Amino acid sequence: MSDMYPKPKLVPVPSTNIIPERDVGKRPILECRHLGIDFGGLTAVDDFNMAIGRTEIAGLIGPNGAGKTTVFNLLTKVYQPTRGTVMVDGRDTAGKSTIQVSHMGVARTFQNIRLFNSLTVEENVKIGLHNQIRYSALTGVLRLPAFWREERKAHQRALELLSIFDMQDMAGYQAGSLPYGAQRRLEIVRALATNPSLLLLDEPAAGMNPSETAELMTNIRKIRDTFQIAIMLIEHDMNLVMGVCEGICVLNFGRIIAKGTPDDIQANPAVIEAYLGKRKEG
Amino acid sequence: MLVFLNHLINGVSLGSVYAIIALGYTMVYGIAKMLNFAHGDVIMVGAYVCFFAVSSYNLPPLVGVALAAAVCTALGILIERLAYKPLRQASSLAVLITAIGVSYLLQNGAQILWSSNIKMFPAFFSSQPIALFGGELKITIAAIVTVLACVVIMAALVWFTGRTKMGKAMRACSEDKAAAQLMGINVNATISMTFAIGSALAAIAGVLFCSAYPILTPTTGAMPGIKAFTAAVFGGIGSIPGALLGGVLLGMIEIFASAYISTQLSNAIVFAVLIVVLLVRPTGLLGKQVREKV
Amino acid sequence: MNKLHLSKASRVNFATYAMVIAAYAVLQFMGGAGILSATMRGQLVPICAYVAMALSLNLTVGVLGELSLGHAGFMSVGAFAGAVAAAALPIPSAPLRLAAAMAAGALFAALAGALVGVPVLRLNGDYLAIVTLAFGQIIKSIVENLYIGMDSRGLHTSFLENRLTLREGGLMILNGPMGINGINKISTFTAGFLLVMLILVVIFHLVGSRTGRAIMALRDNRIAAESVGIPVTKYKLMAFVIAAAMAGAAGTLFALGQNTITASKFDFNTSILILVFVVLGGQGRMWGSIIAAALLTILPEALREFADYRMLVYAVVLILVMLATNNPTLQGFFTSLFRKNKRKEAAGK
Repeated sequence: MSDMYPKPKLVPVPSTNIIPERDVGKRPILECRHLGIDFGGLTAVDDFNMAIGRTEIAGLIGPNGAGKTTVFNLLTKVYQPTRGTVMVDGRDTAGKSTIQVSHMGVARTFQNIRLFNSLTVEENVKIGLHNQIRYSALTGVLRLPAFWREERKAHQRALELLSIFDMQDMAGYQAGSLPYGAQRRLEIVRALATNPSLLLLDEPAAGMNPSETAELMTNIRKIRDTFQIAIMLIEHDMNLVMGVCEGICVLNFGRIIAKGTPDDIQANPAVIEAYLGKRKEG
Repeated sequence: MLVFLNHLINGVSLGSVYAIIALGYTMVYGIAKMLNFAHGDVIMVGAYVCFFAVSSYNLPPLVGVALAAAVCTALGILIERLAYKPLRQASSLAVLITAIGVSYLLQNGAQILWSSNIKMFPAFFSSQPIALFGGELKITIAAIVTVLACVVIMAALVWFTGRTKMGKAMRACSEDKAAAQLMGINVNATISMTFAIGSALAAIAGVLFCSAYPILTPTTGAMPGIKAFTAAVFGGIGSIPGALLGGVLLGMIEIFASAYISTQLSNAIVFAVLIVVLLVRPTGLLGKQVREKV
Repeated sequence: MNKLHLSKASRVNFATYAMVIAAYAVLQFMGGAGILSATMRGQLVPICAYVAMALSLNLTVGVLGELSLGHAGFMSVGAFAGAVAAAALPIPSAPLRLAAAMAAGALFAALAGALVGVPVLRLNGDYLAIVTLAFGQIIKSIVENLYIGMDSRGLHTSFLENRLTLREGGLMILNGPMGINGINKISTFTAGFLLVMLILVVIFHLVGSRTGRAIMALRDNRIAAESVGIPVTKYKLMAFVIAAAMAGAAGTLFALGQNTITASKFDFNTSILILVFVVLGGQGRMWGSIIAAALLTILPEALREFADYRMLVYAVVLILVMLATNNPTLQGFFTSLFRKNKRKEAAGK
């Protein structure tokens, strides 16, 4: 699998970013410069610099409490950054809301799953499709032809998207009643439904068994290949991270301590120290 | 100027009553996370108990107040045990509707027991006000007692929640019931205690309210109840100093609005100010801003 | 697949329509045959109005998921706007005048809803509830101080005190705290039935469209809804305004079935009463709201022989029902019953 893509290469500007060779020369889908946020007096994330290629699969790892989810929250404007800029596809997101960033093509999943629990699986996906379904509230109430046409299209599209994870048979189930793994997959499908150019996955393999994780790994690659989008994931399962990510960024105490390919990261002493602690001398 | 001072005194005095009632709302909300709509009717029960103790049995007013506080404490614990405790795990809306049911029950129970005829609440304090500045500034004794009672109650509550074991347990429960339980705190007893204190305060507030507005009917508690609830939200529900601030401000706004703007619209103005405050500070004046964890 | 996805929700919807139509037909037949008591006949229009109120509040509480404690305020706006319109509009045909009055009531209530909606959008949970309560009180105060009269020059209004000097032949319509007297009762059971059906159609069609999905999405999980780009404020406001408009039409229906209306008829207690219908009937469950509203409107009448005790009984019933429906043991019992039925269904297939 790794032979399919050439090895990532280090790009010096704007900072020491890594971007896969095929994406070099194209505008990166995401660029963070000196991104940081303080909560009260506490600096949760500081000087976060990163760029992601248009079809890159990037990993964000680090010990618990390092600030990984906070970075996602900054990217999706759940929190407004205290300093620094986030550019999505070359456009500055300063002052934008979560909703506007979603319209710019950033979709995400959540560490603690956030589905529309009382609605069906299909409705969850259709809510992801919301901005692509084109009819007014009045058309919906009056059930004009546009309603039927658009709903039929949305139904087809929802089933197509669900079929990525082979979930089309669950379309009628209530989302909240799905098993844990299926809920995680549904969140990914819902995010994909918004037609993103950057997909942020927050611990997609949490709570999955090894065979489910292996399947997820294949599916993450499949999603990138089919949709030609960039994916950034936070994950603690190192097999998944090392197996699927092309560039990895390691966060500790809110700062980047290492960036590089999976091989670089695995050999990096700072990373080993952050995860395992310093070896006592003597 | 003196007219203004007169209104100010009236406002602070009315506000003190609201503050005492609001304390009951805010403490119960803080710990049980429920809007106890029956609280206003506990005020009414307290006022009736005191009324009968003093008018029918000729007991001294202080004994009447103590009796009212005792009856309301028991009533508060009883209501919590029978109606709210079984709903600890239920949706907040279910608890709210049950509280409304309890409110109806108290109002209609009172109507059957004591009829809906107006009872004139006896005057405990000399109706002769203290006149200052050659009689231009009049302060009723009732107003002084009300404000003093409010100050004493506030001080006692701040001491209780800050210094005593039970008070600390209360604060722990309002932060996180499960964690408090794991630390060995008896959550049920703590919640009962909160209802007991809130209801005792309601009884005192009922007597003070009726001393100022002596018309007693089974629905007497409804309007001060809603106002005090508003005051609690105004100050930031769940916060004890917030209840005091909200209550006093609300009383002042009400009196000033009816004095300087329009008597008929004073209620509307009170509620309009509340809306404006919530627009500027969505969790009330002293309320904590809670951020949902993502 | 398509069939399965449509079936459950639409089956419930059609059953609800059928239930309302059947109830209308039966009552209409009983009325025609003269086996309906006079009190019951007098209750038909209010029942329809309360059913419509419960349905519209269920849109706010059940579908949007926000607690409103001032829904009667919108009913009040609709009642007074509609009654003034009915008195002022020179439409000879009573049904048409009623329809126009309801439209006016709905319009004014929708405006009030937008006014409430804007501040409400910024708040959450109990703070939102208190703002709706406050608006209910404000609306009551305003209506109690409003004077509207009509003469050959048209409509005249005055606020706080009656300063109207009407020409000869002029008519005082709304008289401050006295409300509106001598209303021409043009509301009919059929009109009430049609209003309920119309509201049902709008709610069901809304819920089944992208708009309703967006509203339910922000009820279930606001943060997730924002993350997929749903404009949360827009849909919250939309749900609020639609619910208010429906309540306004219901208010007009109610008002034009009474001789006299006053602002105190639509106070906090009425808001709570309607909320009780919604909670007892089940949030988001429209047929439940209909049954609860109808039964609980008739119940105090049926308890008339208990005289003084009827409201006490009502309160006790309310508490017991809440305790019973939220009892984990009983809940478990009902779910297991339901599961058994489902299993049977599945086996049948």
